[in-house]
Amino acid sequence: MAKYIIKRVAISLVTIWAIITITFILMHSVPGNPFRSESKMPPGVYENLLKKYGLDKPLPEQYTIYLKRLLKGDFGESMKSRVETVNDMINRGFPVSAYLGLQALIIALCFGPALGVIAALNQNKWPDYLSMVIAILGISVPSFIMGTIFIQFLARNISWLPIAGWGTFAHTILPSLALAMMPLAYIARLMRSSMLEILGQDYIKTAKSKGISKSAVVLKHAVRNAILPIVSVLGTLVSNLLVGSFVVEKIFGIPGLGMSFVSSISNRDYTLIMGTTIFYAIILIVMLLLVDIAYVFVDPRIKLTKEGR
Amino acid sequence: MKRKLAIIVSLILALAMLVSGCGGGKKSGDTAKKILRTNNSSEPGSLDPALAQGTHESWILDHIFEGLMKRDENGKIVPGMAKEYKLADDNVTYTFKLRDDIKWSNGDPVTAEDFEYSWKRALDPEMASTYAYQFFYIKNGEAYNSGKASRDDVAVKALDDKTLEVVLEQPAPYFLELTAFYSLFPVNQKVVEANPDWAKDPSTYVSNGPFQLKTWEHKAKIIVEKNPNYYDASKIKLDGIEFSILEDENTAWQKYQGGEYDFLSPLPQAVVAQLNAEKNKELVIGSDLSTYYYNFNTKVKPFNNVKVRQALSMAIDRKTIVDKIAQGGQKPAEGVVCFDIPDENGKDFRDVSGNLIKEDLVGAKKLLEEGLKEEGMTIADMNKFSILYNTSEGHKKIAQAIQEMWRNNLGIEVQLENVEFQVKLDREKAGDYFVSRAGWVGDYVDPMTFMDLFVTDGPYNDSGFSNAEYDKLIETAKSTADQKVRFESMRAAEKILMENMPIAPIYHYTKPYAQKPYVTGVSKVVNRDPSFIYADINK
Amino acid sequence: MKEEMSYSEDLFMPVSKEEKNAERIHRPSIKYWADVWRRLKMNKLAMSGLIIILLFIIMAIVGTKINGFKYYEQDLNVINQKPNLVHWFGTDELGRDLFTRTWFGARYSILIGFMAAFLDFLIGVIYGGVAGMANRRVDSLMMRIAEIIYSIPYLLVVILLSVVFGQGDSLFVMILAMSLTGWVPMAILVRGQVLQLKESEYAMASESLGATKKWILKKHIIPNTLGPILVNITLAVPTAIFAEATLSFLGLGLQPPKSSLGTLANDGLAGLAVGNGYQILIPAVFISLIMFSFNVLGDGLRDALDPRLRK
Repeated sequence: MAKYIIKRVAISLVTIWAIITITFILMHSVPGNPFRSESKMPPGVYENLLKKYGLDKPLPEQYTIYLKRLLKGDFGESMKSRVETVNDMINRGFPVSAYLGLQALIIALCFGPALGVIAALNQNKWPDYLSMVIAILGISVPSFIMGTIFIQFLARNISWLPIAGWGTFAHTILPSLALAMMPLAYIARLMRSSMLEILGQDYIKTAKSKGISKSAVVLKHAVRNAILPIVSVLGTLVSNLLVGSFVVEKIFGIPGLGMSFVSSISNRDYTLIMGTTIFYAIILIVMLLLVDIAYVFVDPRIKLTKEGR
Repeated sequence: MKRKLAIIVSLILALAMLVSGCGGGKKSGDTAKKILRTNNSSEPGSLDPALAQGTHESWILDHIFEGLMKRDENGKIVPGMAKEYKLADDNVTYTFKLRDDIKWSNGDPVTAEDFEYSWKRALDPEMASTYAYQFFYIKNGEAYNSGKASRDDVAVKALDDKTLEVVLEQPAPYFLELTAFYSLFPVNQKVVEANPDWAKDPSTYVSNGPFQLKTWEHKAKIIVEKNPNYYDASKIKLDGIEFSILEDENTAWQKYQGGEYDFLSPLPQAVVAQLNAEKNKELVIGSDLSTYYYNFNTKVKPFNNVKVRQALSMAIDRKTIVDKIAQGGQKPAEGVVCFDIPDENGKDFRDVSGNLIKEDLVGAKKLLEEGLKEEGMTIADMNKFSILYNTSEGHKKIAQAIQEMWRNNLGIEVQLENVEFQVKLDREKAGDYFVSRAGWVGDYVDPMTFMDLFVTDGPYNDSGFSNAEYDKLIETAKSTADQKVRFESMRAAEKILMENMPIAPIYHYTKPYAQKPYVTGVSKVVNRDPSFIYADINK
Repeated sequence: MKEEMSYSEDLFMPVSKEEKNAERIHRPSIKYWADVWRRLKMNKLAMSGLIIILLFIIMAIVGTKINGFKYYEQDLNVINQKPNLVHWFGTDELGRDLFTRTWFGARYSILIGFMAAFLDFLIGVIYGGVAGMANRRVDSLMMRIAEIIYSIPYLLVVILLSVVFGQGDSLFVMILAMSLTGWVPMAILVRGQVLQLKESEYAMASESLGATKKWILKKHIIPNTLGPILVNITLAVPTAIFAEATLSFLGLGLQPPKSSLGTLANDGLAGLAVGNGYQILIPAVFISLIMFSFNVLGDGLRDALDPRLRK
């Protein structure tokens, strides 16, 4: 076990290094830079700015300077804000995005599997169709439309729901609902197909023939086994939810990390692009690792030596 | 698990509120505090005046600082921190006498040394301030900023605690107005020297204006409250202003409509059009000191040809663009200098110069063909060119309308190319474009803020325009103190510019905003954001 | 006692070609697909999805020519008109006919969806197939590379793409942008299937009979992974359409006056606040319908392809 984890961590570190390097190269090959503005800024002022942020140095040198800093856990100064460093921004934005994401995940985990089970138990009958229609509707409306509709028709008409912003629990209701739609639908559909598969297995038939009540069969055997595939996608799902959705954050005015990431790219805020990318990559990789490990505990059939295959 | 429980409980609570609270009437009698709520759109990059760049910083700074001069309720430039000033006969030496009763928000007196320190600090190359060039009017300002002179060479000096002497490079009648500009606001020398990070935290933040910084929740909101140490505090009626930070224009409008804002600027274009059409009382169309224009890259064929440029400009129906697309009370452009700038006789500079832009939908085609022939090109060659604009709904609509006008009136099919703002700026600098959207918002109320854009190799002269006669006229206007000579030179220069048409002005912007009926006293000066300093809430 | 064994001559003759081929294992017989089709037809939801998709494709082809307007034609005198007899879906803020623009947009959206799905399929199957068939070291390396590609900021890559290929060809850029990371799930899926099948008894049997790796891949593995791949393709189409819509929300979509359902929805967003809800409603409903149809079709296919779910 320990050996396996060490190996996985080592591979992950190499992966992250590759991501850093590629993003660095990519970022600097995209045109545009953080300091151009629609102004009469004379060349001297522009050069002062480049100098301050070390952008006047050759790229390989900038790269090594960056890596050295990174090893100390310092993501550097943002090129657009003189108030917050990149570390500050991540420290502030991540909990916001993560809170919203977890809340959305809870909603998805409450209703997704239930919908899936209902659908599977009534395959090709109306409850199946109904729950799948609900699930698919959730992923059929783009979130920028969903968010706008939520604001226009729910928040505007329900007095205790604030229209947008951040601060109280009421502020989190609509955005987390909007965020939950996608994973909810995904989980429901996954649950449905894995339930169907399990219900066709011999041991379920055996259990049934033994005279165990239907609800007991479903709950004790089918659901418990059908939940496995959901555990395996949870890693990606959680990491996607944690880092936040820039669309939902933009529409609802939420000071999360997803928004910082997108605006850093359009502002060419180099340090913030690097910082958020690395942070995302780490979260994704850690989640995948955790899921792999969790899988071992949930499903003893899987052996670590097979590298999670 | 706890959170899950919390959700269920709060959902039930929420439901209960829904049932019981449908009657509305949630307002209790708290009119004790008058807090005006509005939206600042973007997180400021810094609230240090020396580091401020754009409107996201300046709107807040305008309320918490005050310069040597300030604007009164009607927008007139009047003494602020200074009680009087003197301009010597050389037309470049200003002496300001500060008021006696001025204090920082922490109680320290505001001194002339503070001003000297702040201005030199902003010019310090180590500060790398983007707006350092606002100080380049001061003698040796630019030299110090680019490392060619020392800090002591900069000609700003505190003669004593209350007297400040400034020497300019050249006469600049608009310098007084500039002292009310946010880059030139002072900072407290003692505070800044003791704590370089003073501007990052409201608890260490010190300012000298009508309001002071109270809360700054990053990317969420900024609250300023009345500054009791402000010398004119009795005139300030608001207890505070809450600027939320919400980027999505449509959401912000929903919040305004839902009563969560008392004031909103900017507004979504479609909303302005609608409010304007129905003559809604909450809409105010403020004037703006700006021009929306298209650059032609005069360095590439066929845009090097003046006839081609003229023809393209002539084929744009500006009135239709303003009436049907922009729809915010903008004025069709009549030149590069916008309206509302007084000349030497107090008349509107624009009106005196008249309309310098020709529109002739039929003649344009002939002219284009002539021009293209001179360059050895045909109409079909025009189809490979594109209009470069930065991603924005408004710019997109106008670009599409112009594309269609050129197609209908000239028979050419240009492409559209939208890129991010930073890419557009970079490509304009590199000359990697054909036609590009641009705009200019004046820094001060004088035609010069527009005119000196287009001198040879000017920092924002992206069309690559270069005309010796034009350069000479601008130089004359900049070096003279004779108002008549100055304005005549600028008039002549604008004519040359519009004959050569390196840019095609489209319209002069406006600044529409919405305010609830109970908000009064908001002043909108031509080149500044709406000011709440003298505003009041009468609920 | 001893049994006489007699070997007739013909036992030692080379087998005829027909006889030899008779032993070969071919792709699943046509009956399998007929069976899938039969089961799919029973699924009403999936069939309605299929019908809607076909209708959309037909309208995307002919819809722009029905009422005589051009998708780029502006009439600034009739801006923001609600649906009426002349403009069936109303007009936009530049006075363009939304009926024509919507079908034009549907054409581009569907084109983007199909092309992206095709590219996903092509790259994903090759990459996943190679990874699955290769030895463990190569496989592991290839999967790490896929992981890295998945983690690199997508927007940066899209921006770079649009710069490299110029915005003149924004359709091409969009398709490329969609498949950039879209192939990764497909590759992972194919690899998983391949690994599973590689160790299955019949593949081993085939290998022990002397079949080459290429042969096994072509004759056993690809046909057997076809089902899940097909399902994945059906889901890749709407995912791409959806992603394009989200990109246009960021202003990175198609260049006007061209439209897609995504750019139309984004343009219509502004109209919502001022009572021009129809401008967003129609593209939004269309996007949802397409998403819905492909998803139910995909689900139906999955059910139909899985013999264990047979009822």
